[in-house]
This record gives sequence, structure tokens and C-alpha cells, in this order.
Amino acid sequence: MQGLIDRLTALLSDGTVARVIGWKKGDMAYNPEPHMFETAESLKDFVYDGFCGANLSKMMIEASKLEGKTAVCLKPCDTYSFNQLIREHRVVRENAYIIGVGCRGKLDIEKIKKGNKGITSISGTELDGSDDIKIETIYGDKNISYKDALLDRCHVCKGKDHMIFDEVWGESKDTADQERFAEVEKIEAMTPEEKFAFFRNELSKCIRCNACRNVCPACSCRKCIFDNTKFDAQQKANVVSFEERMFHIIRAFHVAGRCTDCGECSRVCPEGIPLHLFNRKFIKDIDKFYGEFQAGKDPEAQSPLTDFTFEDIEPGERG
Amino acid sequence: MQRIGVFVCHCGTNIAATVDVKKVVELVRFEPGVVFADDYMYMCSEAGQEKIIAAIKEHDLTGLVICSCSPRMHEKTFRACAEKAGLNPYMVEVANIREQCSWIHKDREEATEKAVILARAAIAKVNLNTPLQEGESPVTKRALIIGGGIAGIQTALDIADAGYEVDIVEREPSIGGRMSQFDKTFPTLDCASCILTPKMVEVNQHPNITLYTYSEVEGVSGYVGNFDVKIRKKARSVDMSACTGCGECQAKCPLGKMGKIPSEFDRGLRTRPAIYMPFAQAVPAVPVIDRENCTYFKTGKCGVCAKICPSKAVNYEQEDEIVTVKYGAIVVATGFDIINLDKFGEYAYNESPDVITSIELERLMNASGPTGGHLERMSDHKQPKDIVFIQCVGSRCDDEKGKPYCSKVCCMYTAKHAMLIKDHWPDTNITVFYIDVRTPGKNFDEFYRRAVEQYHVNYVKGQVGKVIPQPDGSLLVQGVDLLDNKQIMKKTDMVVLAAAVEPNKGVRKIATMLTASIDNNDFLTEAHAKLRPVESPTAGIFLSGMAQGPKDIPETVSQAGAAAVKVVGLLAKDKLKTNPCTAKCDPMFCNGCSTCANVCPYGAITYEDQQVRGPGVNETRRVAVVNNALCQGCGACTSACPSGAMDLQGFSNRQITTEVDSICR
Repeated sequence: MQGLIDRLTALLSDGTVARVIGWKKGDMAYNPEPHMFETAESLKDFVYDGFCGANLSKMMIEASKLEGKTAVCLKPCDTYSFNQLIREHRVVRENAYIIGVGCRGKLDIEKIKKGNKGITSISGTELDGSDDIKIETIYGDKNISYKDALLDRCHVCKGKDHMIFDEVWGESKDTADQERFAEVEKIEAMTPEEKFAFFRNELSKCIRCNACRNVCPACSCRKCIFDNTKFDAQQKANVVSFEERMFHIIRAFHVAGRCTDCGECSRVCPEGIPLHLFNRKFIKDIDKFYGEFQAGKDPEAQSPLTDFTFEDIEPGERG
Repeated sequence: MQRIGVFVCHCGTNIAATVDVKKVVELVRFEPGVVFADDYMYMCSEAGQEKIIAAIKEHDLTGLVICSCSPRMHEKTFRACAEKAGLNPYMVEVANIREQCSWIHKDREEATEKAVILARAAIAKVNLNTPLQEGESPVTKRALIIGGGIAGIQTALDIADAGYEVDIVEREPSIGGRMSQFDKTFPTLDCASCILTPKMVEVNQHPNITLYTYSEVEGVSGYVGNFDVKIRKKARSVDMSACTGCGECQAKCPLGKMGKIPSEFDRGLRTRPAIYMPFAQAVPAVPVIDRENCTYFKTGKCGVCAKICPSKAVNYEQEDEIVTVKYGAIVVATGFDIINLDKFGEYAYNESPDVITSIELERLMNASGPTGGHLERMSDHKQPKDIVFIQCVGSRCDDEKGKPYCSKVCCMYTAKHAMLIKDHWPDTNITVFYIDVRTPGKNFDEFYRRAVEQYHVNYVKGQVGKVIPQPDGSLLVQGVDLLDNKQIMKKTDMVVLAAAVEPNKGVRKIATMLTASIDNNDFLTEAHAKLRPVESPTAGIFLSGMAQGPKDIPETVSQAGAAAVKVVGLLAKDKLKTNPCTAKCDPMFCNGCSTCANVCPYGAITYEDQQVRGPGVNETRRVAVVNNALCQGCGACTSACPSGAMDLQGFSNRQITTEVDSICR
């Protein structure tokens, strides 16, 4: 990690970049927060470890409007989101200096907390750390396997390659060991009644904190329709429980074909709603009907949902 | 707040028999914005319109809701009526309480409730309506005909004679289409070529007509009055201006003698050389090289045609050429083919060369055909003494393998075939298996009766279950005679199948390019089945011939003329009124993401950097701009726009949601 800080310090000092977007130490070992560093001195609080799951690409929408280049640390999966933002003309590529940071999967603190009360510190989660992470609690110390504490999304990792970068720091690892669409298939196998019950139950937990929307790199509209007084959707979503459930479905439709499956929505949901399932179902269907497509893999590629070809399937052929 | 007047039409008993019109009036009177509500027997009548005009003036109305028939019928009437009274025509909404309500409901209470709901939705929408102004767009005074068969030829001639320029795009090397393959035509039995070729020549010589043969439409953009069409002129490998059509090349092509390439024109009943004209009277009389089969193109050796051509017209280096031409109107005349018979194994079409289709029979009886007009079996070249005709092969078919419709021409051409054969070879025994004989049309039934009464053709009501090729070369036909209620087992020499017609395979692609709708059977649909039968619902697209539905030559020629008149009516205008219901971008909410431009079929959306000022915003940013002349108001952009910045005037997102809300209230 020190190597990364040194490199970022050098980039700031020699004027290559005017600022750095990265993660800043949090009040606990497991909650570093996205931060924009504007001086070399401030980088002393920079951190990059197993808890830096946040996808920073969305911050570049505002940052790339600023004077001078901005260095941004992107993990392999974050670079898909960045490419998608380039495609939608939301970031200015030339104003970004992309450090492709290595990744060996990111950690889910909820999994660590399970069975480990009173955590005081966690160590060994850096990129070059060991296979075990060390947890100190008020009841004593304990080692658990890094792999067992991975976020669910890391088990369906898209791969260790950065799709776009100016330079790469550190080695990455493909942590995929599960079938990407297994969860979706499980739901597809349910009866309509079971599906309805499942989603009604999950979505009833929603407190409309908007964390999913605010963190989502595809939800980058200047003004979200749910905040827009021009439409009646806003008021309705706030007062009608049916419409509130529709919020997530409408959101999934809005990001369909653009969602890179970065999994941030589920990671930040304070209620633990598996929101990524909606998006992944869309991705699965797009793959099935239009051939495999990964949003953000290629910033030039036309999304099948906003493209038309003579080979497109006809309505009724959806089997 | 709007001041809305609601007018509920009885439409005689069309609406009033099922919907309690008076009750509708009473119930909508208290909807927000409504200041006046009334009913009348025929709202579209002169008296009805006067009632509306009087109410607008008396109650100072700002918006109208007419509860009547489909807006496709009378929206225009009521908009004009509003305009007469000084109201913007786009302040009128029609609630369709006839087609979508009274005609489909039986229960009076239910129908009345639904009528009220539909009225309520329209009222809610009018509350949000804003006056819209129509624009104007110029008209390119040139028409494109896709397809050079009799339909396309006739349409082109009629338009050209009216003084407008016309281009015909034909996929094959020659114009002429199906009709050029036929021998004689019913019900007058005049020779098909004799009446078609003069028209082909006329097309070729007409100063207003340009032919693009061996060419295909590759892309269409633009809109009524202003289409841009990309045409691919496939490489003929023969210089059109140098070739004299002497035919030396086809006579000398070594592949001609090898008999490997089946002739498309003769339905595979004979072969052709690699450099060929499809038939003797081809227009233009310029051969093409079939590059897939030509030895020179396959191996680089041969080159005989280039060597012997007296005018040095053969050019192996020629490349496909793409031209883009502007048109005001497009006519689809892509014609038909017969269905593939692979699914009809029971008739042994793929097993025996003596089971043929009717088009193949046309070629066999044609003097220019493979046998010089002498009817013979393809297996042993003997003249058949007994022939069985099977009707409705794939027509009027309930299951998936055929078509549900009647092909319309088979009954008549089978009677024609039977009589022609009997004329030439009177001792031939002919049996026709049929479901019904359908002969509506001038002199049609007389024609059929002649076959039965004068020529003694044996018509058997019933279907054939199986055709079994026999070791002795004959065919065993197993059928049923429904009138005599008995099984028929019959040996015959030849079986002729009246295979169902279907639209040409390429029509789906063309319809998609034109955004012209097609039905389940791939026939192009009309704007209105009865009242606008030669127009596509897509403005500026017209229909001619079999592409629209099964029809015979007289009908095709009449329809071709009708389509031509519609085209001329369009081209005669200098300016067209444009639909004001176009998309509009609100730069405050536009992300500049280009999604709308990607989905716009008309290329109407561009992007520019604009200074955007609003609460908390003052910056230059990339926003979408709609070109109103190009936008056709399809709404694709509004549904694709993630932020709702793109909206359709006259059908705004708010108007539509408010309609839905008032229906679900």
C-alpha cells in the first residue's frame, strides 16, 4: 500500500494530476470511505485494503469537470463502470488518470461480524496480505480465511483485467468460483406466487434511503426522475407502498443494458436487499436474446437494448 | 385551468345501444376542468359540428373531448371543427367509446362504466394539453417502386405518365416478375408475354422511368416526402452501355453445356450458363454473370465470355455500386412466391419429378419453356395421358405447415391449365381434387363452368391423402370423393400441386427498413382494410400487388393504378404539413448520454453544447436537440431516455401517466 501512496504522491507533486480519488481511513478498520485528496500531505490518510469495495468511477462525473487531471483508483470491476460512463458522455476520459489497482476480492464485514462480537481491529486485508485475516475482539483474537469473508459479488468476479487504465498498480486475482446466474436461475424456477412473495418480502424492507441509487454508477442522471417534480412518480413513490416497490423495478429498467453488474447496490443496502438480482436477471435475458453482452467492456459497443439489427428476435420468440 | 367541453356521440345505435349515453354525460360533467357536457345522435354530422362550435363560443371552451368512434375515423373532422371556432386543433381529444367499448361489450352497465372511464382519461389528458403548431416540409418529386413485376411496372407507368420521375428497383437481372413466367392468363387466355412485354418495353423507354435491375434496397431513412434510399447495384460484370444483348456469351459459356446450374426462371426444370439473361425478352437485354458459379470467379481461369464478346462489354472487375437517391414516396411491389413444399411429404413432391407445382407446369406449357411448350413428364419425357390436380396445397390450412388464407388464384389457373391441356391433347384425362371451387370475379365462374361442361374435366370434391410413386413410373393417388362418400385409388402420370402463395421472402427486411407493418403471414398491412387499401400505415409508403395480399393479374393492375394515384396525389403537393407531435428535450434534465440518438430511427437527434441555466445550474453542457422536420413523433427516444428529459409533445409522459391514473382511479 505504501508503494501506491508513494506513486500517488509523486503524481500529485509533479503536477501530472491535480487531485486523487481514493479511499480514506474510516473510524473503524472496516469502513474506509471514498475521498478526494487534494494535497500530497493529505495522502497520509489514504488506505487501500480488503474493505475498499466502493466503486469510485461515479465520482469522476463531477471530478472530470474540474481543472486539471484527476487520478482515480479503479479495481478491475470498477473499470467497466468507467467505460460505461465514457460511452454515455458522462466523464471526460482525457481528464482522468486511471490507476488500475490490483484486487484479490473485497470483504463483507457482515460475514466477518457473524460470530465475532466486539471487534476492535482487523489486519492482514491488504493486497499483499496473507490468506488469513486477523481479527482482534474484546473477547480475544481470531484468524479467519480471507476467502470465506469475500463479498458475494466477488464469487462471480468478472476477471482480473482492467478494461481501461493509464497504469496498473498491484496484482489482481480472478476470484470467481460460482456460476454467475445461479441465483437468478433459482428465482426463475419459482412459481409466480413464490416469486411475488419473495420480492414482496425483500422489497418491504426498503426504507427508501436511496443508497442504492446514489451509489450506482448507472444512476447518474443529472436529476433522477424520482426527485423530479415534473413527474408524478416522485410523490407516488413516497406515499403508495405498491409504488414504493415499483421504485426498484423502475430503477432496474432504467439501468437495464447499462448496468455492469458491479454489485454496489446490494453492497450498500442497509437492509441487505439482494437488489443486484433484478439487474442480473436483465443481463441474463439480454445474453439469451441478443447474444452475450457485458456493459462497459468496450466503450464503443452499442447496448443491445438501444440498438436494432435485422437479426433481433421478434416478439413472441422469447421462449 | 382548462374549460373543457365533453361531447358524447350516439352514433345512431352503434354506441347508444350498448352505452347509456345520457348517463355518461351526467357522470363526466363533474370531472375536473369540465364546464359543459352534451350528447348528440351523430356528432360528426354538420348539425353535430355546429353544436360543438356553438358550445365553444358560448362556454368559452379551451379544450374538447369527443366520445365517439376511433380517432382514426373522425379526429380530423373534430380538429377542423375546433379550428373553425378558433380553437387550436390539438386541444381536441377523442375517447374511443365505439370500437374499444360499445362494439366489444354486451353488458350495458359494463359498457357504460367503461365509456365513462375512457372519457375520464381523455379529460385528464386535455387538462394537460397545450396548443401545437403544424410545420411544413418540402416534397421530393420522385417515386421509388420496389419490385419490377406487373404490379411495379404498372404503378411506375401510371406515375411516370402523370409527369413524375420514377425509379424501379428489381432484385433479378430483368423486370417482369412472376407474370413473365406464365404461359396464358385467365379468364381470356391471352398469352402472358404478349401483354406483359409491351409494358416492359414501355418502362424501359419511358423518359421518366429509371431502372435499377439486379439491385436491392439496402437502407431507408427520412420520412414522407423526403426519403433517402440506399440502393445497391450489384455488379453485373457486364457493361450495360456497351452490351448489345447479342447473346454470344451465353451461347459460348462452357458451363451452359454442363447443365449444372438450375435456371431460376424455369424453376429448375432446365439449366443455364453462368453468364445469362433469365429469358429471351429480358429488360434490360443485358446478361449478368452469376459469380457464385462462374469458373472465372471461382478459379481465375476460363474468361471465354470476355474473349468472344464482340463489344468488349464483359468486365470481371466491376464492383457493386451503392447510390443514394431522394424520393418523396415509396411503393412496395415485391410480389410473391409459392411456399416451400418440404413439409408436404404426402404429395411426394421431393420424391418424384412427375409431381410438379403449377408454376412449373406454366413453364412446361410455355413455348419458350424447357420443353418448347410440349407437355411431358420430367422423368421419361413422355406425354402424360392422365393428370391429377390437387388444390389448396398449403392454402386454407389449419395447422402450422401451411397458410390459413385462400391463395385466391389457384382455382382459376387450374381451370385454365385443364382447358389448355385438353385443347392441345383432347384425349388427356384430367381430375381436379378440390375443397371448394372459388370463382368470384368477372367472367370467372363462366370460365370454370366451361372446364367442367365443355371440356369434361373431372372435378372431385375431396382431398388427396397421399401420392405414392410406383415402380412402373406412374403415380398412385389416394384420395376421397366427399360427394360420393367413397375412397379413390387412382393411377396417374402426373400430379400438379396448387401450392399456396406467400409474400416474397425479402419483404420482411424491406418492411422493417420502411417501418411498414406486416401481418402474421408477412403480407403488408393497409392503413385501413377498406378505406385506405393501397397505403401503408407509415406515411409515404404505398402497396401494390401480391405484397399486400393474394390477388390475380386484373386486381393487381387495378391496385397498381390506385397506388399510383395516391403517389401522384402526394407528389403533386409542394409542401406537406408536418405532425407537430414531435419530441422535445428539456436541457435541464438531459444527461447528454446519446441514448436517444442511438434509438432514433429518423436521425432526428443531434447533440450540441448549450449554456444551461437554472436553479443551482449554470454551465455549458452536452444536450440533445431534436430536428422537428425530421422527427416523426414515434416516441422511441422518450421511452429510452433514462432521466425523462425527452418528451413527446401532445403525448407527454405526464399526459400518459395521468391517463393511466385516471383509468385506474
